[in-house]
Amino acid sequence: MNTTAVDKKVRSRRSLSRNDRFTLSAFVGFPTFVQLIFLWIPALATILLSFTYWNGIRISDIKWAGFANYKNIFLNDTLFYEALKNNLIWLLWFSFLATPLGILLAYQIDRKIKGHKIYESIYYIPVVLSLAVIGIIWNFMFQPGGFIQGLMGRDIGNAVSIWGNYKINTYVIMAVASWRHIGYIMLLYLSGLKSVDPSLKEASAIDGATEWQTFRKVILPAMKPVNIIIVVITLIESLRAFDLVFIIYGSSTSWPLLNILVYQNFAGQGISMKGAALAVILLVLCIGPIIGYLRTVFKEDS
Amino acid sequence: MSTIVQDQKYRNSQKRKDAFISTFIGFFAFVWIFPILWTIWTSLRPYSDVVSYGVFSWPKRLNFDNYFAAFKQMHILGYFLNSLYVTIPAVIITLFLGSLIAFIVSRYKFKFSLPLLLVFTAGNMLPAVLVYIPVFWMYIWVGDLVGNRNFLYNNYLGLILIHVAFQTGFATFVLSSYMKTIPKEISESAIVDGASVFTHYWRVILPLIRPPLAALGVLMTTWIYNDFFWALILVSQDSKRPITSGLRRLNGEFVTDFNLLAAGAILAAAPTVILFFVLRKQFISGLTLGSTKG
Repeated sequence: MNTTAVDKKVRSRRSLSRNDRFTLSAFVGFPTFVQLIFLWIPALATILLSFTYWNGIRISDIKWAGFANYKNIFLNDTLFYEALKNNLIWLLWFSFLATPLGILLAYQIDRKIKGHKIYESIYYIPVVLSLAVIGIIWNFMFQPGGFIQGLMGRDIGNAVSIWGNYKINTYVIMAVASWRHIGYIMLLYLSGLKSVDPSLKEASAIDGATEWQTFRKVILPAMKPVNIIIVVITLIESLRAFDLVFIIYGSSTSWPLLNILVYQNFAGQGISMKGAALAVILLVLCIGPIIGYLRTVFKEDS
Repeated sequence: MSTIVQDQKYRNSQKRKDAFISTFIGFFAFVWIFPILWTIWTSLRPYSDVVSYGVFSWPKRLNFDNYFAAFKQMHILGYFLNSLYVTIPAVIITLFLGSLIAFIVSRYKFKFSLPLLLVFTAGNMLPAVLVYIPVFWMYIWVGDLVGNRNFLYNNYLGLILIHVAFQTGFATFVLSSYMKTIPKEISESAIVDGASVFTHYWRVILPLIRPPLAALGVLMTTWIYNDFFWALILVSQDSKRPITSGLRRLNGEFVTDFNLLAAGAILAAAPTVILFFVLRKQFISGLTLGSTKG
């Protein structure tokens, strides 16, 4: 930092009156206090607690456990691996099916095909619904007396279980989750596409590029920041999945996810801090996408 | 001449292709909205009809009885009000705190501006399960300290605070990137005119950031209204539950009358869907302000 800049800074700070300095500190201090108390300190506490045994009642009961909770998870917990597998399936499904479909839809709707306005609205509706409502709405499709049961010719009396059928339930859950995710991706991508200079597309069309070439060589590179955000959102959403499956199955272990395991290890069995260790594992998995996001959005600042 | 013919040909084939794509996407759109239509349809029929005549039977009666019943038996209105008591203050406080930090970070270049912004933005990305165990015990502990266990736990205040903490980061980030587009001269002339920091914020900057505030307001209302996790963790008393977690309980309780449940689900979903269609521009710009930097 050169001297004039320092000089300038000092002067600008000196020009503030005492009152102003108080206001400034309050403006920074109060929100920061809230962030620390409700986010960062609890996050740190969870990381520490993950190395302990504690029933959560008296602070003096906390006993150091070293890596016991982690060992327990990695060595003895089959549910953990099942959850990891399900999160991975979620991730792969979103990455290779749902997200590309959302992008494709955005691309087509951006070309202003017939009826694009109505289609756009329809695809956006699930995005604003809570996952709790989504779970219930899809229950009306799959549960006894639901639409799909009706299609299969089954009434309430002789319905078959779809959520409980382990051969297909993964696909059904993924389809329902995609219902929201595709619209979300489409929304983000569409607004990105609108900011791409139309003359770019025209130029490549005149040069005789096919649509696929135009998309790959012209649009995709122009959309780089949006692309990164979409990758991050896909990763984070897959790792964070909770509400939908929880609504469908309750806290049972029919289709475990990391988040559900963390919740259960706290709500169910309070004796160990295994839940905290699971939460830390989840954090470790999330850190890559979080850093990717921060780097993208802060690139212009630094 | 021939190029025009060729051009025409190309355009025709493109037209056919577009018609095909449009039909396909239209069909897809129908599949998309079908579950919602089906839920509405279900909500208009009495359960007894479905039981006695089957899922696809032609309805003997179609009416809004399930909706009235939802208000009466499910106390939907109570849950809905709970959601409002949490959502509205949480959104307002979040926007207020976010705008404060954004204001400082973008208008006063301190050494810690960037790290501060980074900490706030990163906080928004932390997984909720990473913080909920200590937050839960802290709520209980603070409750015992003030002599009322339901001071934060089982109370609107606790939910409001945790939502504020989680959402402030996003609001800060969006608002600060918007504020950076406001010309420096506006701030400089305010300072030259002797405006205090507070006046600078309240009279000069705040009126200028109304568009992103509106966008964030719509977006966060939707997010907080739709929250499920925190309501599940921090509220156990049924009369204090917001609508999403209330709905979960109803989902368990009314399995035997899912036409009634359908009405409840539609009622719970209605506010965000209506909000979205009325303020769609704000909603979309709120999402994209954060993800693409305007």
